[in-house]
Amino acid sequence: MSALTALFLRDMRLAVRIGGGAMMGVLFFLIVVTVFPFAVGPDLNLLSRIGPAVLWLGALLASLLGLDRLFEADRDDGALDLLVMSGRPLELVVVVKCLAHWTATGLPLVLATPFFALFLALEPKAILATMATLAVGTPALTLLGAIGAGLTVSLRRGGLLLAILVLPFTIPVLIFGVSAAGAAAVEGASFLTPFLLLSAMSLACLALAPFAAAAALRAGLD
Amino acid sequence: MLKSVTDLANPTRFLAFTAKALPVLVGLTLALFAVGLYGALVLAPPDYQQGETVKIMFIHVPAAWLSMFTYGLMTVSALGTLVWRHPLADVAARAAAPIGAAFTFLALVTGSLWGKPMWGTWWIWDARLTSVLILFIMYLGLLALWRTVEEPTRAAKLAAILILVGSVNLPIIKFSVDWWNTLHQPASVFRMDGPTIDGSMLWPLLVMALAFTALMLTLHLMAMRNEILRRRVRSLGLAAAGGVA
Repeated sequence: MSALTALFLRDMRLAVRIGGGAMMGVLFFLIVVTVFPFAVGPDLNLLSRIGPAVLWLGALLASLLGLDRLFEADRDDGALDLLVMSGRPLELVVVVKCLAHWTATGLPLVLATPFFALFLALEPKAILATMATLAVGTPALTLLGAIGAGLTVSLRRGGLLLAILVLPFTIPVLIFGVSAAGAAAVEGASFLTPFLLLSAMSLACLALAPFAAAAALRAGLD
Repeated sequence: MLKSVTDLANPTRFLAFTAKALPVLVGLTLALFAVGLYGALVLAPPDYQQGETVKIMFIHVPAAWLSMFTYGLMTVSALGTLVWRHPLADVAARAAAPIGAAFTFLALVTGSLWGKPMWGTWWIWDARLTSVLILFIMYLGLLALWRTVEEPTRAAKLAAILILVGSVNLPIIKFSVDWWNTLHQPASVFRMDGPTIDGSMLWPLLVMALAFTALMLTLHLMAMRNEILRRRVRSLGLAAAGGVA
């Protein structure tokens, strides 16, 4: 078993055990979706129109929630220093940790979407579209968040700063995610164009964000 | 030339040089503003459609240019910090951020004041306005990062990385009026087929842009001097506290 596979399995185990908080994101997601109808009123027509946007906002906020612990826990117990010295490229370590983080926190959000979408009276077509855009878009959120997590790893109480730093960069992902998910509910609107742009953004984040995050980690550690 | 640039990397020489350069820059800024404001407010004719509100342009457009110019300068400084480890690069970036935030704020406020009579709304979520608002938020985020990290060299590297990541926003702002159909008008000064503004309004605008640039450089050099002195005070304080004079 290669070191990177071992790292992935270790992070997964830590995430699902006590103190890992893997399910916390889904719970937060549920609460955001529940709170929304109280703010805008329980009008089902309105909710089904803004449903994809509500689900995307909930997922965005929920994915921010656990990001401050992405590297912090490893830094606290010294594992991060070992990872840096392991001889594996730090960029790859970042990718593996992001993958594990997304599997533990992002994927449950995608899987929970169809159930929460029922609260918002979404059509089956819109539910599928929202799931597809979240599945493609949330990795970009995790990878962008990794940059913020790298920047704030050496700070006490860096969680709030992380949200301030990362949220501006998530706006393009949100724009194309919501427009693709919303297009399914409207006749004649194109789903494919924003969906492809969203996919391109996720791939670009996968290619570039690990370098920025690794550079930030190195700068934060020495 | 190269020799003189590397000489300025020494903060003491930089302080001596700017002490001589600043009075010249201040004089230049005042002269440019005098000519620019007279040309903009007195000589330039009112627009045949917009009337006197067109004069907002002479503040709004230079402020918007400077908001991007300052971020570009910070991007170069960030490269200087990360690639060449230039001792003054971080000072330059740190000193530029509040100035850039102020110009961006000015561009947003004057744009809003101009938008109310012309478009009938203070704010609209169009691509140009939104991308400039994001630029403003990024300036504030950078300032927050600098204020949070205690150790200066670590703060320098972290801020430089964030500045480079944020520089993706600059082309988005520049081309936002071409890529999307927006309420904000497209570029009318720097165009392939020449400016579409009449000469009577163009020259005061360009003088005002130069005046804003001179003002930015003046404020930037002053802020850099203050930052250098602040760091010296800090290290003197640390040395005094540590008992190693």
